Amino acid sequence: MMTIKKRVAVIGAGITLFRRRLKETGKELSYHASKMALDSAEMNLSEIESVVMGTAPDAFDGIHMKSENLLDGAGGTGRPYMRPFVGGGTGVFSPIAGWWHVASGLFDTCLVVAEEKMSPVQPHPQTAFRTIWDPFTTRPLHPNLVWIFALEMNRYMTVHNIPKEHIAEVAVKNKGNALDHPSAQLAAKITVEDVMNSETMVWPVQRLDISPPSDGAAALILASEEVAKKYTDSPVWIDGVGWSLDSSYWTNRDLYFPQYVAEAAKMAYKMAKIDDPPKEVSFAEPYDPFTYKELHHMEGLLLAKKGEAPKLTAEGVTQRDGKLPICPSGGLLGVGNPIAAAGLMKCCEAFWQLRNEAGKRQVDGAETGVCQAWGDLMQVGTVTVFRR
Amino acid sequence: MSEKMKEVPGIYLRDAELKAEDAITFKWRPNAKYAWSGGIAYSRYLAELKNGRIIGRACRECGRILVPPRMFCDTCFRATDEWVYVKDTGTINTYSVSYLDADANRIKEPILVAVIDLDGASEGIGILHYVDPKVDPKDLHIGMKLKAVWKPEKERIGSVTDIAYFEPLKEG
Repeated sequence: MMTIKKRVAVIGAGITLFRRRLKETGKELSYHASKMALDSAEMNLSEIESVVMGTAPDAFDGIHMKSENLLDGAGGTGRPYMRPFVGGGTGVFSPIAGWWHVASGLFDTCLVVAEEKMSPVQPHPQTAFRTIWDPFTTRPLHPNLVWIFALEMNRYMTVHNIPKEHIAEVAVKNKGNALDHPSAQLAAKITVEDVMNSETMVWPVQRLDISPPSDGAAALILASEEVAKKYTDSPVWIDGVGWSLDSSYWTNRDLYFPQYVAEAAKMAYKMAKIDDPPKEVSFAEPYDPFTYKELHHMEGLLLAKKGEAPKLTAEGVTQRDGKLPICPSGGLLGVGNPIAAAGLMKCCEAFWQLRNEAGKRQVDGAETGVCQAWGDLMQVGTVTVFRR
Repeated sequence: MSEKMKEVPGIYLRDAELKAEDAITFKWRPNAKYAWSGGIAYSRYLAELKNGRIIGRACRECGRILVPPRMFCDTCFRATDEWVYVKDTGTINTYSVSYLDADANRIKEPILVAVIDLDGASEGIGILHYVDPKVDPKDLHIGMKLKAVWKPEKERIGSVTDIAYFEPLKEG
């Protein structure tokens, strides 16, 4: 079925600060991330043949067709340029789109940029989420987006009889890991008790279980194997990509397991020839907008058996110096959640880890990293496998 | 962030700075309004709710009874075959207790919400709805049986809110 014409490498990465609100416009943030990525690859924009812009719902920025608005900041003017979009899954989907630009043989280079400004919408980004619901079955009930995640979390906890304390460990780990990330918005040294005592937002979701709204941008430079070797002796390879969407009728599915993430992971692992993910993956960056999502996604990524991710976390297996480090960056819970940029931040982390450039965040012996994002109505999984 | 990079670009802007009188900002409030046609399946679904009944559609090929109804089956990718009434009782598949309203404002009295698998629909086919606010959240549990409490006939408008909420099913 599949003909991959060119092996695709990552040769540069860039990122901005992640904060609740940044003074820069989306264009300016896109420019900063893109420029840092180009500088790190020692490239000029003139060497870029195509551009992919990942950015989540227009409603946050309040600019319809915002990828066109962001075009110049992403270096897209006068180039083949596109915006792939799968809601919260966009951040990891945009390098997948960049990958097929190059793997197909159409282009030798692709600049992948992801931007999000959630701060313009007033009084809170939650207001923009009011427009995602089905107008007939759901919107008249005035739902809050956190409701549905709480529903999913409760189902997951109840089916597997998971203690909330084990889930809280994820916030402690990720906010702690983020202390070493210079972009981080919510890095902190906290305890399980802090999480358990934090304000209940929508039970079982508490204040410290949630990642914040953020502004920020990130970027990656992709290149074909021949071109990559001209720029660097240490390319990072994209060896597997996968994505899958499940039904929007989320009340007609069993939320205890993200089957769509498993489908996406299987696609990516098959391409990367990974047969035994927990053994062959050295670290992973699953999407963690909520504490339980990291665990849910570890299981979806087949890195843990169903219901076992909380136990592994409580045992310390997923710490940066553990057997299977999870979110060594600090994740969305620690670094922040400018939606599409947060997903691409995970791919930047994989690049820095596999280049041995992650400094204090460095995972020993990192050979293979897996990044994943999730979104829409709890229905999309996007997965990328990186190797050194 | 690579350890090779010295500075992270970006300037943090506090809420107070954004809202300061002399801040350079532009404010705008959209005034878009929408009116959606109910379509084929939902028009009947909502009309039946006004009658105090819940209706679904059955696909003979996979055997599923779908609520809310759809005129096509997304699995078999063929037209569904017939209208089927399901019961207004069901089982809690999952629930949550919300201290946030739709705009993320804090509220004192929590909203109880649940996915309720309806009796007579296929296994795992549920709908989102409220649970009686008089129920103590501590008494809720997955697997609990519930029954719809309908608004008085005169107040029904052909909406999912024609069911006021679901309450625990009394035994016997």
